[in-house]
Amino acid sequence: MRVPSVGVLSLQGDFARHRASLEALGARVVRVSLPGHLEGLDALVLPGGESTTMLRLLELTGLRAPLETFARCRPVLGTCAGVILLGRDSGELPAPPLGVLDIAVERNAYGRQVDSFSTPVETAVAPGFHGVFIRAPRIRRVGPGVEVVARRAADGEPVGVRAGRAVGLCFHPELTPDLGFHRWFLAEVAGLALPGAPPRAAAGMWPGDARAGLDGEPAAAGSRGAR
Amino acid sequence: MDANEQFRLKVGLAEMLKGGVIMDVMTADHARIAEESGACAVMALERIPARIRREGGVARMSDPKLIKEIESAVSIPVMAKVRIGHFAEAQILEALGVDFIDESEVLTPADEEHHIDKHPFKVPFVCGCRDLGEALRRIGEGAAMIRTKGEAGTGNVVEAVRHMRAVSGALHRLATLRDDELMAAAKQLGAPYELVKTVARSGRLPVPNFAAGGVATPADASLMMQLGAESVFVGSGIFEITVKDERGKVLADATRAAQLRMAKAIVQAVANYDRPEVLAQLSEGLPDAMRGLSMESIPAEELLAKRGW
Repeated sequence: MRVPSVGVLSLQGDFARHRASLEALGARVVRVSLPGHLEGLDALVLPGGESTTMLRLLELTGLRAPLETFARCRPVLGTCAGVILLGRDSGELPAPPLGVLDIAVERNAYGRQVDSFSTPVETAVAPGFHGVFIRAPRIRRVGPGVEVVARRAADGEPVGVRAGRAVGLCFHPELTPDLGFHRWFLAEVAGLALPGAPPRAAAGMWPGDARAGLDGEPAAAGSRGAR
Repeated sequence: MDANEQFRLKVGLAEMLKGGVIMDVMTADHARIAEESGACAVMALERIPARIRREGGVARMSDPKLIKEIESAVSIPVMAKVRIGHFAEAQILEALGVDFIDESEVLTPADEEHHIDKHPFKVPFVCGCRDLGEALRRIGEGAAMIRTKGEAGTGNVVEAVRHMRAVSGALHRLATLRDDELMAAAKQLGAPYELVKTVARSGRLPVPNFAAGGVATPADASLMMQLGAESVFVGSGIFEITVKDERGKVLADATRAAQLRMAKAIVQAVANYDRPEVLAQLSEGLPDAMRGLSMESIPAEELLAKRGW
């Protein structure tokens, strides 16, 4: 079986956490920081981090145009800063966002770090999912043709959207042990066949048993074997 | 919210800062330069370490007015420093909505025996370390990010290198030990046993590990990233740069441009830390880096890294 090849934009942010989640599902992960790295990818992930930093580095590395082209026609998942990049109207930024998703996003809309929170998310994608929101953006407008795939259970506010093969989430599925959103993105949205987790990485990866580590770190079990 | 979930949020912000540069800034305009250059966060302080070193006196938490000005000037996270052990300063910074607190040896310590108990705070803390034992003691107290102490305000990266190598070397050694050797290792490190066990199993720190203390050029930033740092703090290396005319008068516009140029170069150096051809381009024709200090020229009692334990 062909192993799917998934890129993670690795200019700045928590790209290593996405890598760990994707590798646990059996994907081959490519660090994307130059235009050439996009070649041959089956899907792309835009991680959390500082959206202003990423936008500036996108311009400086010459990645912006090829990334925009990729995101318009191939499967792409953006989390937190990633959804800001994918949005059409994301407020004041050093450069316009990619505009792949017809949504308006407000940066840091819940407040500063002391206002960060984790909360149950209502979604058919991964039932019982708990979302981690860190200085998170808020989706202020959902355009026609954009489907809401996740809402805050407390107030029904949209926190996850999809249009075609582009997905944007305001929270960080890469920071929690539940791989539901990553699996759904690869298998359902991107239509990739997953070989499944390599046995070593699978230990400690699944929702029930992953709180053992101090930070519930999905990579912990697999990383030692990889060294 | 339970303690694990709270800690996940704190470490989560540290994760978001990876692969970036956190810059010391003394004014709202510095903060704007930092944001414009692509910094992932700023550290608000009244005097950058090089000035504290020159001017002496007790260095304390910054004036809340400055912190508020900087918070409203930029949209990226704002950090600020408190004296070691000064939990009242930390409570004040938390009330000001600071995004990360640095319990820092750069300020004059308020307590020579106890660091702050960081668990009860909602705001995450970063602490400096010289070795693995010190890193694990701080994590035991609730730090959500660790950085090397280096020797701040010197423009000399040698101490940051020493501290980063000490941490990674000790991590490697720990990973080779048998389970029944870990209690003795914990005793020797002076670190909590449970944390020593976790780290021996995973082979790495349970929180992000950044470099600080003497990083002054794109090459310094690359060096620290290649030695295992996940991000870089730049203190005096950017805003210590000044451009003067032949009579010694500071040229404001040229100074701003030179600071922005250096800041941009360091941001790009961290993103391209393992591409020497890019680093060569970034390093070419940069403004003069700060002159810097050799370790031998600093009297032992003035070494900042010795503060805290």
